[in-house]
Amino acid sequence: MTKSTTAVRKGRTTEGARTGRPHAVWVLPGVLFFVFFALAPMALAFYLSFTKWNGLGDPEPVGLANWEKMLHDPRLTQSLTVTVLLTVVSWAFQTVVSLLLGVWAAGRQRNRAILSAVFFVPFLLSSTAISLLFYALLDPNFGIIRHDTLGTTSGAFLAIVFVGGWQFIPFHTLIYQGGARQIPEVLYQAAAMDGAGRYRQFFSITLPQLRNTMTTSSVLMIVGSLTYFETVLILTQGGPGTDTAILPYLMYEAGFKSYDFGYASAVASFLVVAATALSLLLVRLSGFGAMRSTREGM
Amino acid sequence: MAHDTLPRPHDVKSAGRPSLPGPVRRRRHWSRRPNPLAGLGSVLWLAVVIVPIYAMISASLTRQDEALGHNALKPPSRPTLENYNTVLHNGFGHLLLNTVIVAAAVVVIVLVLCVPLSYVAVRSRTFWAGSAFRLFLLGVAIPAQAVVVPLYLLISQLNLYDSLIAIILPTAAFAMPVSVLILTGTMRDISEEMYEAMALDGASTTRMLFQLVIPMTKGGISTVVIYSALQAWNGFLFPLIFTQSDGPRVLTLGLFNYVSQFGVNIPALLASVVLSGIPIFAVYLVARRALVNGLMGVGGK
Repeated sequence: MTKSTTAVRKGRTTEGARTGRPHAVWVLPGVLFFVFFALAPMALAFYLSFTKWNGLGDPEPVGLANWEKMLHDPRLTQSLTVTVLLTVVSWAFQTVVSLLLGVWAAGRQRNRAILSAVFFVPFLLSSTAISLLFYALLDPNFGIIRHDTLGTTSGAFLAIVFVGGWQFIPFHTLIYQGGARQIPEVLYQAAAMDGAGRYRQFFSITLPQLRNTMTTSSVLMIVGSLTYFETVLILTQGGPGTDTAILPYLMYEAGFKSYDFGYASAVASFLVVAATALSLLLVRLSGFGAMRSTREGM
Repeated sequence: MAHDTLPRPHDVKSAGRPSLPGPVRRRRHWSRRPNPLAGLGSVLWLAVVIVPIYAMISASLTRQDEALGHNALKPPSRPTLENYNTVLHNGFGHLLLNTVIVAAAVVVIVLVLCVPLSYVAVRSRTFWAGSAFRLFLLGVAIPAQAVVVPLYLLISQLNLYDSLIAIILPTAAFAMPVSVLILTGTMRDISEEMYEAMALDGASTTRMLFQLVIPMTKGGISTVVIYSALQAWNGFLFPLIFTQSDGPRVLTLGLFNYVSQFGVNIPALLASVVLSGIPIFAVYLVARRALVNGLMGVGGK
């Protein structure tokens, strides 16, 4: 925790005080840059959500019109449901597979090292490239599966989940592999002495020891799956109908297809609120920034 | 399963006599016994990974007139490189160059801004340094999608629309939060004593940054380089919204445009996907260990 490190430092104050500390002004360029290109636009999105603007001329204030429209828009409810569902299902799929593969890959056998190197290959392609690959492979006239997978709601949804997993599981496997290799060997020796078998060891040692790793990985996964934008754009275009139009896609359509930037900004603001609430919750639950310091003791 | 009984007696022994030398001592307990279930799972996942890659490469070598109705799993009867030729004659080199420029610029901006920032966040005790750190901690969750509309306004006001700079600046900004978390994480491991030793030598805080912090943070810095280069390499939304002409088009957007350009010419489309993967694949072959270790750092070493 940040708290505990400060506590440690305070204990040493008398000695440490003589050591020069960098001036806080050094954070300024980075903070200003981030504020200008990330935080200020966020505030601007909020402002634009109270205006009517088609991209040309000046935004026109319209009060709460966009927000009212949004809250009564059946597409928003649908979009929110799909977004949440996609996030949860992707998280479950990716966590289970990467956890198992990661723990497996933590073993030092030669065959595991070779297979792990192969398993990593999908991550070398961009999400655009991967979406195009599966767009081609799922083509009913050309692809592996001669069935209009993307034409059905569940098919399209599962395709997005699968494609996201195909891309990101290699990365999360790596995180779990790193985590599993840090588990002290002694714990397993002790468990073996107590007669715990392989599966018992997995559930009683590996899983609890990977708690921090799991939080890190989950935060990255959940924040990442809010951004399956290009996968949706390329694979399904939100279809069939609007069944897979996740929030970012809904916003993109409103803004850059219908040129209703006021409404798009209302959806964007909603996305920010949802994402911030989610991240505050996750940071609170996990202490993301502290993860490393808790590791220091190991 | 039958092997289970084999290693156990010596586990007990080795635990009793920790200094047991020689070949019996291995690094991992679990590495000694084959695990049939895990083996099966790994072969299954191998198929999941390999089949699409195989189908992609095989299809990219298929002649266009044979492609329709062709079984993607069957190797092409008369393999050809003509699809690669088509892609390379459709501005692929230009797309690649633009992407490399964007990635390099993003990496430089992120390093120049985040290294001093993280140094101060770890070392300074002032309120402002702590707040800056918390700002980036929260920033991890800001989705880029949420700000494209106002950024579009901002970029047009700055007369940057349809330029590489329009892609570079926001991409760098959105790579910053995770970079700061990685760097502060690594910098916290530098002990107070080392700073004190340098202070005794009369080092200024600037010299500490260059002669102590940066050399000691090499692992974190290389993780940040890989992470931010990948963000730039994979970036799709910013190029889609902030550029429109051929001039500043990057690889991801170029691939997306090939869909309409090549239409039903799926072999050419897949050839472009293969080509887009080759540069990073080359890096992977040459520097797998560095890349993998760097990425492990994103998850906390």
